[in-house]
Amino acid sequence: MIKVTYIEDNGTSRDIDVEEGTNLMDAAVDNLVPGIDGDCGGVSACATCHVHVDAAWQDKLEPMNETEDSMLDLTDSRDDSSRLACQITAAAALDGLVLRTPTGQH
Amino acid sequence: MSETTVIIGGGQAGAQTVMSLRREGFEGKIVLIADEPELPYQRPPLSKAYLAGEMAKDRLFIKPAAFYDKLDAELLLGVAVESIDTQVQQLTLKDGSIQSYDQLVFATGGRVRRLSCSGADHPAVHYLRTLTDVEAMQARFTAGTRMAIVGGGYIGLETAAIAAKDGLQVTVLEAQATPLARVACPEVGEFFQTIHQQAGVSIHCDTLLESIEDEGEGVAALITNTGERILAELVVVGIGLLPNVELAASAGIACDNGITVDEYCRTSVANIYAAGDCTNHPNPIYQRRMRLESVHNAIEQGKTVAANICGKNTPYAQVPWFWSDQYDVKLQTVGINMGYDQTVIRGQPDSRSFAVFYLQAGRLLAVDAINRPAEFVAAKKIITQGLEVSVDRLQDEAINAKELVEA
Repeated sequence: MIKVTYIEDNGTSRDIDVEEGTNLMDAAVDNLVPGIDGDCGGVSACATCHVHVDAAWQDKLEPMNETEDSMLDLTDSRDDSSRLACQITAAAALDGLVLRTPTGQH
Repeated sequence: MSETTVIIGGGQAGAQTVMSLRREGFEGKIVLIADEPELPYQRPPLSKAYLAGEMAKDRLFIKPAAFYDKLDAELLLGVAVESIDTQVQQLTLKDGSIQSYDQLVFATGGRVRRLSCSGADHPAVHYLRTLTDVEAMQARFTAGTRMAIVGGGYIGLETAAIAAKDGLQVTVLEAQATPLARVACPEVGEFFQTIHQQAGVSIHCDTLLESIEDEGEGVAALITNTGERILAELVVVGIGLLPNVELAASAGIACDNGITVDEYCRTSVANIYAAGDCTNHPNPIYQRRMRLESVHNAIEQGKTVAANICGKNTPYAQVPWFWSDQYDVKLQTVGINMGYDQTVIRGQPDSRSFAVFYLQAGRLLAVDAINRPAEFVAAKKIITQGLEVSVDRLQDEAINAKELVEA
């Protein structure tokens, strides 16, 4: 288990214990985190699990592939910290990771 | 007294309607009635990762049970609706119980079109729409099994890809000259035919199934109009979907290839809405009516219904999109290509990375993007915003896909 903190755009913060190997969209849905829908089920087809990754953690993530990169262009508030939560898999190195859900993502 | 919204159907549209009702501020009672016994689940993985045994059943559920509790939504699962009295706004369920509603939502989806030829009831014959369907065929889904697939559409081809990867011997029968003929241009159909053949799948086009004979020991023989006799322990039929309209029609609600709704997802009867695969709805971007079988449409119409029940007066206006995963190929389609008079191909099919743009009188209708997510994204923006495109630029790989949006 690792700890992942999801922070909503209104500041509400939730610490979730996530089993290693689980993707962070599934973990958010299972734990009823608002703002992360995962409409496509985690195949980077819908861009409804957009999150901003806190700067301290960005280098620890696997680099994004071309599909994720393109799909993020469909979101309104993409920036250098943007990722799709379904493409981040919980691993020991990510214990303590902080993700922020963008404004207006429903 | 608080209002009650009843939703019939526990698929993607039904689940979305529940979620969106609460999100829109609906404070009344929500009851979702579904004839399947499971929590609402995602169907796309059924012909992909779930069929391959690569996905746990729990992962199929759109939301966990606790989610519905938190929303204070009541789920009546494994119960079918017998009839509806729209005058007194009451449903009678198959178990005899009565359920009153103030607003009713049809999210009844569709059911598979079944074979009608002789031998269609052979025990080797399976369909693919529900969890039960997949579980029924999983015991036979083992390396070495001879599998015949009837229908070279998305369901048939996705199933073929998973089966070939798992070592089954796969034959696909397709009535048209290429696979995917109903939804894509011949070049896309030929591309998928090629990648399946490269994976060892035998695809027989221009071939009709005439009958099925019993070979004994669970083996079926598929007899074709071309005189072939194809033996299979497992037959999977993917020849389309029929919208579930019977309940609505019997209640006097207008139906025509689906439950007829207006841009607010309202049916012909007051206080009754419909969402998802079962609707025949107007699309303002294409200026015509359509019935779609897609996750995106189910979700967006679920949102539209919920918003309108909450008095938000929100019309449905979406560019449809779809995806299909087969082998290492991700197909992303945006738009509806019906009525196209020109195709423009960007990239080379041989490279397993190309996009086909469908145009009508110079206007972009749709794109099939094959391992081309940037083209998918660009096309989605072009169609949504109604932008002009030039054929020369679409073809020119020197122009970055992102820049196509600024045409």
